[in-house]
Amino acid sequence: MLAIGTKAPDFELNSTPDQKLKLSELKGKRIILAFYPADWSPVCGDQMALYNEMLKYFHKYNAELIGISVDSKWCHMAFAQDRKLHFPILADYEPKGAISKLYSVYDDVEGQSKRALFVLDEEGIIRWNYLSPVGMNPGADGILDALEIMSNVKS
Amino acid sequence: MNLKIAVNNNDHIQGNLSASIELVEYGDYQCPHCGHAYPIVKSLQKKLGDKVKFIFRNFPLQEIHPDAVNAAIAAEAAALQNKFWEMHDIVFEHQNHLDSKHLIAYAEKIGLNVAQFENDFTNETLIQKIEHDFEGGIRSGVNGTPSFFVNGLKYQNSWEEEPFLNYLSSI
Repeated sequence: MLAIGTKAPDFELNSTPDQKLKLSELKGKRIILAFYPADWSPVCGDQMALYNEMLKYFHKYNAELIGISVDSKWCHMAFAQDRKLHFPILADYEPKGAISKLYSVYDDVEGQSKRALFVLDEEGIIRWNYLSPVGMNPGADGILDALEIMSNVKS
Repeated sequence: MNLKIAVNNNDHIQGNLSASIELVEYGDYQCPHCGHAYPIVKSLQKKLGDKVKFIFRNFPLQEIHPDAVNAAIAAEAAALQNKFWEMHDIVFEHQNHLDSKHLIAYAEKIGLNVAQFENDFTNETLIQKIEHDFEGGIRSGVNGTPSFFVNGLKYQNSWEEEPFLNYLSSI
């Protein structure tokens, strides 16, 4: 996975069937990138459902959450509606897994993203990363600890 | 992973306060897995007796469980009348009926002053307590419900009765 201190490569992916989201447009915000294997696998659902409840805690640290998997924009739309997600999930669909590969978190055997987290600062530099075992929901304590440390360093 | 907020006076604690086993659950009243864990915890408490104290903290996932927060408020409101555990129990025993009408009926059933209960329902400090529990849970690595901590450490194995009892008995 891309190392801490690296400039996060820019990308533009569909967040809904008719909307795209470009990473560099979010400059000035901290970004949590959550790569995950698949929309409907039960572990992912738990992880995304958990993060969905935590948005206000992320916002306290000026951080926005973005989920990314290789599922299509239509699949994401159904998943987001079903789980009432209030954050964008992006379709790393065509060419498949290109952005996951760019961040070195693609699983070639399964053909899906690994379960990986990145926290970017306001300038788009990776300040924290974590690769979780695929079957394990990593929770959010690591993300919040990272955001808290970033805030402390800044002040 | 460690419990970031130690058990304290703001917690709901059941059992022997100086017990050698401290069992903390982060739970959601509308979560079916927590409903499944409810009788298991009761049975563990019965079998371990004075050796265990049990603490319940709120971790409602309100987007997927729309009644979870109201149920949590109901239990906290009951706590103001010293009947937290009575509400905790009756809510877990009726997980499929957690709308306001039913919660008020439960308040009546466990002998609460219902007018007071309804009044306390809008008490901001109860919501704050629930959010405080939730945030403490996140910081401690709670990644779903139920999550258990035994003597401050996250319990990562099966909480079905037999393995959980074996583990707790070995402490």
